[in-house]
Amino acid sequence: MKINCNVDVHHLTRVEGHGNIRIRIKDGKLEEARWEVVETPRFFEAFLSGKKWDNAPWICGRICGICSIGHTLASIRAVENAFGIVPTDQTRKLRLLLKHMETLQSHVLHLYFLTAPDFAGVGSVFPLIEAAPDIVSRAAKLKLLANDACDIIGGRRLHPTRTVVGGFTMLPEKNELADLNKRLKDAVQDLLLTADLFKGFSVPDFSRETEFVSLKGDGNYPFIGGDLISTDGVVKKESEYRLMTNEYIVEQSTSKWSRLSRKSFAVGALARLNNNYEFLHPSARQISDSFGLGPVNHNPYMNNIAQLVECVHVVSESIDMMEELLGSSFDEPRQQVVPSAGIGVGAVEVPRGILYHSYEFDDTGHIVKCDCVIPTSQNHANIQHDLEALSAQYAEQGKKDRDIELLAQMLVRAYDPCISCSVH
Amino acid sequence: MTAQKKFLSVAVAKPKVAFFELSSCEGCQLQIVNNEATLLDFLSLVEVVTFREAMTESSDDYDIAFIEGSVTRKDEVGRLKAIRNNAKILVALGSCACFGGVNQLKNRFDPEWVRKEVYGDHPIETDAARPLEDFVAVDLRIYGCPIKKEEVERVVTDLVLGKKVHMPRYPVCMECKANENICLFDLGEPCLGPVTRAGCNSWCPNSRAGCWGCRGPADAANMDEMRRIMSEKGITEETFFDRLECFGGFKDQLITYRKGSL
Repeated sequence: MKINCNVDVHHLTRVEGHGNIRIRIKDGKLEEARWEVVETPRFFEAFLSGKKWDNAPWICGRICGICSIGHTLASIRAVENAFGIVPTDQTRKLRLLLKHMETLQSHVLHLYFLTAPDFAGVGSVFPLIEAAPDIVSRAAKLKLLANDACDIIGGRRLHPTRTVVGGFTMLPEKNELADLNKRLKDAVQDLLLTADLFKGFSVPDFSRETEFVSLKGDGNYPFIGGDLISTDGVVKKESEYRLMTNEYIVEQSTSKWSRLSRKSFAVGALARLNNNYEFLHPSARQISDSFGLGPVNHNPYMNNIAQLVECVHVVSESIDMMEELLGSSFDEPRQQVVPSAGIGVGAVEVPRGILYHSYEFDDTGHIVKCDCVIPTSQNHANIQHDLEALSAQYAEQGKKDRDIELLAQMLVRAYDPCISCSVH
Repeated sequence: MTAQKKFLSVAVAKPKVAFFELSSCEGCQLQIVNNEATLLDFLSLVEVVTFREAMTESSDDYDIAFIEGSVTRKDEVGRLKAIRNNAKILVALGSCACFGGVNQLKNRFDPEWVRKEVYGDHPIETDAARPLEDFVAVDLRIYGCPIKKEEVERVVTDLVLGKKVHMPRYPVCMECKANENICLFDLGEPCLGPVTRAGCNSWCPNSRAGCWGCRGPADAANMDEMRRIMSEKGITEETFFDRLECFGGFKDQLITYRKGSL
C-alpha cells in the first residue's frame, strides 16, 4: 500500500524541554523526517566565566531540574580533578549512593509517568490514578524512597545543598540510613512487579545498528569517573572527552550534535548496559536476561527496559553499600580545598547518559573557560537518524499516520530526552 | 476525579490550572510532581489542564497559570502575553520567573561575546534574561530555587479557598534560629540568611550550607549591616557579591554597591 503521511508534533509532550517532530511521506516514500530542538539556550558556559571555583557546582547543578545531582557531582569532580583533590572512600560511597538514588528517581519517573501512558493508550498518568491506583501508588512509593534518600544524603532532592568540593557539608544520621536500607529492601519487590508490568507491554520492533558510548567499567558498573568506551572499540581517558563527543552545530537545533566512529552515537541506560553488562549486579542481570536484553542491543525502545534493569542494579548495589556504611564509623565529612591553576574534567553517568563538565582555572581558582557536554545533546543526531530509518521502514510497511506519529513520539521518549539540559 | 470539596460546608470551586515554562531547568515543575506524599490530595483541589512535562492534552481555558523560567527570547514574550490574556491569576514560579534566576548572570557580559563563547559564528537569538514582571503584570510570586513544594500547596489552597495569600516578610535567619541550627558564620561560612526572605524553612542552612539569597530580599532587609557582618567575619567582598548576584533578587542593591566601590 502506498501511503501519504504528515506528522507534525509541535512541542512534544511528556519529555523535559521543547522539541518538534516532523515527518513527510509521499506515495510510500519518505521525503523528510526531522527532530528539531527549539529550546532557548541559557549560556551557562559563558556566564560562569570569571566566577570563583565554589560557584561552579552551585550554579551548574541548575542546568537541569531532573538531573541536578548528576550535574553537581560532575561539576565537583571537574573542580577536584583540576585541583588534584582525591575524594575519601566515605565521600565516594556517599556520592555514589546519592547518584544511585537520582538514577532510581529519574528512571521511575520516566518509566511510569512518561512512558507507561503510551503503552496504556492514555495521554498522561492522571487517568491511571483512578484506573490503576495500585500501579500509580507503587510508582509514587518508589519515587518517594529515592527522593527521601536524596534529601537525607544530599540535603535536598533537587539542587542538592550538602554536596561540595572536598566532600559534604554534613553527613546523614546512621538511623536515617538504616531506615532507608529497610525501604530499599522493600523496593526490590516493587521493582520485580514493575518488571512484570513492562513484560505485559509490547516493545516496538525496530533496530538500527548504532555505536554506544559510556563510561568503561573496571570491575564495576560505572557511574562516576573513569575511562570512556564505545561499542565500536574506541577507548579514551576522561580528560580526552572531546575526542569522544566531537560537538558540532546544525541548523535544525539550538542544541549541538555529536559523532564518533559513525554519523551519530547513543548514550544512556542502553549504552551503559551494552558496554558494561558483565558488571551488572547479578539480580539486575537476571532481569535483563528475562527480557532477552544483552549486549549489543540495537533497539532504541529497549532503553526503557535498560532503565528498568538499572533500577534493580542501583537498588541492589545501594543495599550493599548501606550495609558497609552502617558497619563502619564516619570520618570528617569534608577536606580542605586549595585552588591551583589547571584544567579538570568530570565525567558522570547521569540517567540519560554520560555527562561531562570541564573547567580551566587560573592560579586564584577563577574560571577561565567552561565546557559542559550533555547526554541528550550527544543523542540528538542519533534520534534524527533513528527517526529517518523508522519512518522509512514504517512507510514501507504501510502503517497509518496515527501509528507512525505515536511510534515516532515513543521513539523520542524512549531516549528520555532532557532538552533544556541539552541547550544549557 | 473525586467528590466536590467543601470548606466550612461551602462547596469549593475547583480552578483550572495550567503550568508553563520559559527559559529554565524545569525543576520547579518537577517539584510539583515530586510531591508523592501529597500529590494526589493536591490534584483533587484543582483541575490540571496544561502541563506539558507530564501530559499530552492541553487547553487555553484556565484560571491560574503558573509560569517557571525567565524571558530570554522574543517568542517567549509573545507566549507570556498570550498566557496573561487567558489567565485570571498569573503566578511567577521560582527565582528565574521572579528575578531572572541564574540565567541573568549572563547579563553581566556583552551579549555578542556570550553568543560567540558558546556558538562561535553560528547566529542564534538571545536577549538579556529578564523576570516576567518586566513584560506582564504578575499577581503572585512564589520564590526560591527551587520552589518549596509546601509553599506552593499552601498558596494554591489559599487561592482555592479564596483566602488572601501571605508571604513571610521576615528573613531566613529567623527560621534558622527557630530550627536551632549552629550559626554558619560561627563555622566560617558566608550566609545571606539575615537579609533573604523566609519561607523555605532555612532549607540550605539546615544542611550547613550558607544561604545564597535565592528568594530575594526580605522586607526591610538591613543590607548595610549584612555587609558589615560579612567583612567582620573575614568574608571577601567577592564572595558576598557572588551570592547577591547569583539569583538576581538583590540586583538593585548590588548596583548600588558596585557604584560605591568604583
